[in-house]
Amino acid sequence: MLLILCPHCGPRNADEFSFGGELVPRPGPDPGPEAWRNYLYTKENLAGWEGEQWFHLSGCRRFLEVERHTITNEIRSVRDVTEDTA
Amino acid sequence: MTAHRMPVQPGEVIDRSDIRRFSWNGRRVSGFGGDTVASALAASGVSVFSRSFKYHRPRGILTADHHDPNLFVQVGDEPNVRAGHRLVEEAMVVEAQNAWPSLRFDLRSANRLVGRFLTPGFYYKTFMGPRPLRPRYQRVLRRFGAGGTVGDAATHVHSQKRYAHPDVLVAGGGPAGMAAAIAAAATGARVLLVEEDHQLGGHLRYAGDATLGLLAELRDVVAATDNIEVLADAVVAGRYDHNWVAVVHRDGAREQLIKARVKCLVVAAGKIERPFVFEGNDLPGVMLSGAVLRLANLWAVAPGSRAVVVTANESGDSVVECLERGGVAVAEVVDLRTTGRRLVRARGRRRVEEVEVTGGRRIEADLLVTAVGWTTATSLLNMAGDRPIYHPAAARFLPGSLPDDVMATGGIVGDGSPDQIIAHGRAIGTEAGRRALRRASELALLTPRALAPSPVPAGEAAEIPHLEPADHPEIFAGPTDGFVDFSEDIRGKDLALAAAEGYDSIELSKRYTTATMGPIQGKLEAVNAVAIHAAATGATIAGTGTTTWRPPYAPVTLGALAGGDDDPVRRSPMHDWHVEHGATPLLAGQWIRPDHYGDPSAEVGNTRTNVGIVDVSPLGKIDLRGADVSRLLEFVLINRWSKLAVGRVRYGAMCAEDGVVLDDGVTARLAEDRYYMTTTSSGAGRVWNWLDEWLQTFFPSWDVRMTAVTDGYAAINVAGPASRRLLERLVEGVDLSRDAFGYLHARTGTVAGVAECILLRIGFTGELSFELHVPAGFGLHVWKSLLDAGADLGVAPFGIEAQRIMRLEKGHLIVGQDTDGLTKANAAALGWAVKTSKPDFAGRPELVWEGESGPERMLVAVQPVDPQLVPPEACQIVDGATIVGRITSSRKSPTLKRGICLALVDAELAGPGTSLAIRLPDGSKAAARVMEHHAHFDPEGERLRG
Repeated sequence: MLLILCPHCGPRNADEFSFGGELVPRPGPDPGPEAWRNYLYTKENLAGWEGEQWFHLSGCRRFLEVERHTITNEIRSVRDVTEDTA
Repeated sequence: MTAHRMPVQPGEVIDRSDIRRFSWNGRRVSGFGGDTVASALAASGVSVFSRSFKYHRPRGILTADHHDPNLFVQVGDEPNVRAGHRLVEEAMVVEAQNAWPSLRFDLRSANRLVGRFLTPGFYYKTFMGPRPLRPRYQRVLRRFGAGGTVGDAATHVHSQKRYAHPDVLVAGGGPAGMAAAIAAAATGARVLLVEEDHQLGGHLRYAGDATLGLLAELRDVVAATDNIEVLADAVVAGRYDHNWVAVVHRDGAREQLIKARVKCLVVAAGKIERPFVFEGNDLPGVMLSGAVLRLANLWAVAPGSRAVVVTANESGDSVVECLERGGVAVAEVVDLRTTGRRLVRARGRRRVEEVEVTGGRRIEADLLVTAVGWTTATSLLNMAGDRPIYHPAAARFLPGSLPDDVMATGGIVGDGSPDQIIAHGRAIGTEAGRRALRRASELALLTPRALAPSPVPAGEAAEIPHLEPADHPEIFAGPTDGFVDFSEDIRGKDLALAAAEGYDSIELSKRYTTATMGPIQGKLEAVNAVAIHAAATGATIAGTGTTTWRPPYAPVTLGALAGGDDDPVRRSPMHDWHVEHGATPLLAGQWIRPDHYGDPSAEVGNTRTNVGIVDVSPLGKIDLRGADVSRLLEFVLINRWSKLAVGRVRYGAMCAEDGVVLDDGVTARLAEDRYYMTTTSSGAGRVWNWLDEWLQTFFPSWDVRMTAVTDGYAAINVAGPASRRLLERLVEGVDLSRDAFGYLHARTGTVAGVAECILLRIGFTGELSFELHVPAGFGLHVWKSLLDAGADLGVAPFGIEAQRIMRLEKGHLIVGQDTDGLTKANAAALGWAVKTSKPDFAGRPELVWEGESGPERMLVAVQPVDPQLVPPEACQIVDGATIVGRITSSRKSPTLKRGICLALVDAELAGPGTSLAIRLPDGSKAAARVMEHHAHFDPEGERLRG
């Protein structure tokens, strides 16, 4: 089980979180079907560093952006989505 | 029984004053306290313990420990007990399994005669066709399978899981593991020391008298160290990401799973002795040197009377000494390091009778001991990502490279004197403690508001002495062929055949032959299989590599994995009242709800005639405040919200981004910037999360404060023609008249003396009704007050079933029952609510497109032509052989006295008056008709506006 370092709660087991998958930007208003369905269904499925959304459901209930290596499961950064990227 | 018991041995673990009587296949036998089932039986003269999986050959002790493939027995109701590990208890009922009709005379051993046909892939090749016969094959073949039986009366084990957070976990309590634990504890680390056997000590326990003092010394230090917790009779079953470690603590049949988050894992799992492959190597009486050392030194059991010892290492040498001391004649020692003689085969019927060596010489013996090498127990290291490397000089695989938080010591790394091994364990333990404490401080510094974060400790990495693996000849198979995998009955020639048939990768060969796939999972046989496969394919062992070791390292009972029987349930504040008044409970999600109080049809009748009350406390409830709430509602709900006036309530549905209906409910505007949303009972959490996701990820600047208040309010729906008259007796400060408090209005006021209640005029049941949301602590009070105040009005409670009947009579959908994971808003007949004129909302593009092309399916009301028929929910609607829809809800309507349904049908069949054919469970078809309105009853809604 992954250990995720929540910026609000500290290190917590992944089963406290709900996995939101890789971050995919939402298209603007009136997208074409291709752009919209890419947003819905197409994932990069990277072998390497991936930006993901995790929701600390059984904790602070904050949505977090996590950088995880999909091969090694190493996590190199976790930040609250409302925090500005430095 | 004394016939096979030796005089008192210095390291024996049995208590000779504690005699334990038990039964073996109905025969009365006995052993001592401290005996395993196997040692007690061996001491009683038993040599055949089981029949093999495929050929039903008699099998006896091979390793005499937990991993012995031949010692699976049935103990009472418990199957697959490992007799080499389970301690014998008074009155235990032990039986052989996989023997039919008996262990002595097993009919299926006829398989041995046809053995040459039972080649790898035999089942695939033979039982493929004809297809209709496959179930029959399955029934017959199952009788030949291994495994015991679980009786109906078997004890149900509920074992609570435990969580542990040791700094250092040491897997293996031999000399290296004990030394590592002691050294790690000395750095200040909290240590969990896990040992598979019943006592700490590893091979020191049975290596001979010389090391018993050292063993006692190490045990004493471990016991005296406060920050070491010892778990004996426990096994580390798996290592997962970020050092999440599963430990199974055994206690007979009751196993407990311990989930440990470990800062540094030390693997000291040692070496497992390899069997030798030759003809007759599975005969009872053929044992590995470790088995003899354990039997003799721990339980004082002489495993035979005349032995041949085949040795290539010190373990075999010490067997010779051990047997001679125990009074067992050693007829011949075949030293594979020096002499030119080799072992050819063993012969015998029910156990070894003679041993043949090169030159055709035959030696009479009832015991053949082999000591031909070791397999390193690298399983946990592999789970940490390591690929072990084969070292030909040591004839075994050794660890490759390990991550920073996993270390290894002991026989898994190399060999040496006990002192050298302990020195290595100490160094590893010191370094593991240092790494763990460094990790602890790093985590503490990164944890907000941590109490007194400790600074990262200084200190250099400990120097680890080199532990050189001893040279060992590469010996895997002799000149004749024998069993490689004892659990699966796989011979060397089976592996060679698989290679010849093209299964040239060890991973493919494993799956094709099933070698290493039995209950021992390759611990004994993996390296022999690799060596024989390599020889057959002309490759090297190093080039062939090993198969992948996956968790669990040892089998885990399902009871341990399932854990305790403690699913949480939720109860409304009126729960006890429902129970006292005879409600039939209904488990709905986590909630226990009153399904009905005896007669749901009568509850419907009373509600439609007089007034009924239903407990709807599980409804999801969300309090929303702030200047931007209406913007949020506009975004997450498909319909229009910006113009909702204070004091009004509106139905709303929400869709996911793919347009599929997610949930529905009503939302009231109680004040300028205060809204109150209800969700379905099952969707409460989902909707709360969904709103939070949009607020945090998309609209972080909006002024919306959201509080989930599902448990804060009890909710009661008061429905029926007399509901207004009933409430007039209890409500203060709210004008309930039709003109002042109309349909789809919302008020706050006092009910039965309880202030701050929310009153919503909504009508899921189709009747004039008021939904009361009252502070949860007063729920029961208001509930009882309603019943007391309305006795003359005929007020009575109704349950979920009556509510479901009434909503179906009104044609109101239930999300998740009348919709599925593909039902978008238009298909759910919610097209009227979709406001695509809004510039953006969740799921909008899909709903625009669905609106343009028209939905593929449509939710419609359906009535069977035969009014008595109630087609069960999920019945298919068919057009000839084609499925064109399904019944999503159906009930007998007590109001209309006929069957009524909702159904999802192909869009072209959705027109009113369309005839449908419903396929009933018995295969017959029933005619039905699509209705004009969703509401089977009062389609104009006169009653709910009353």
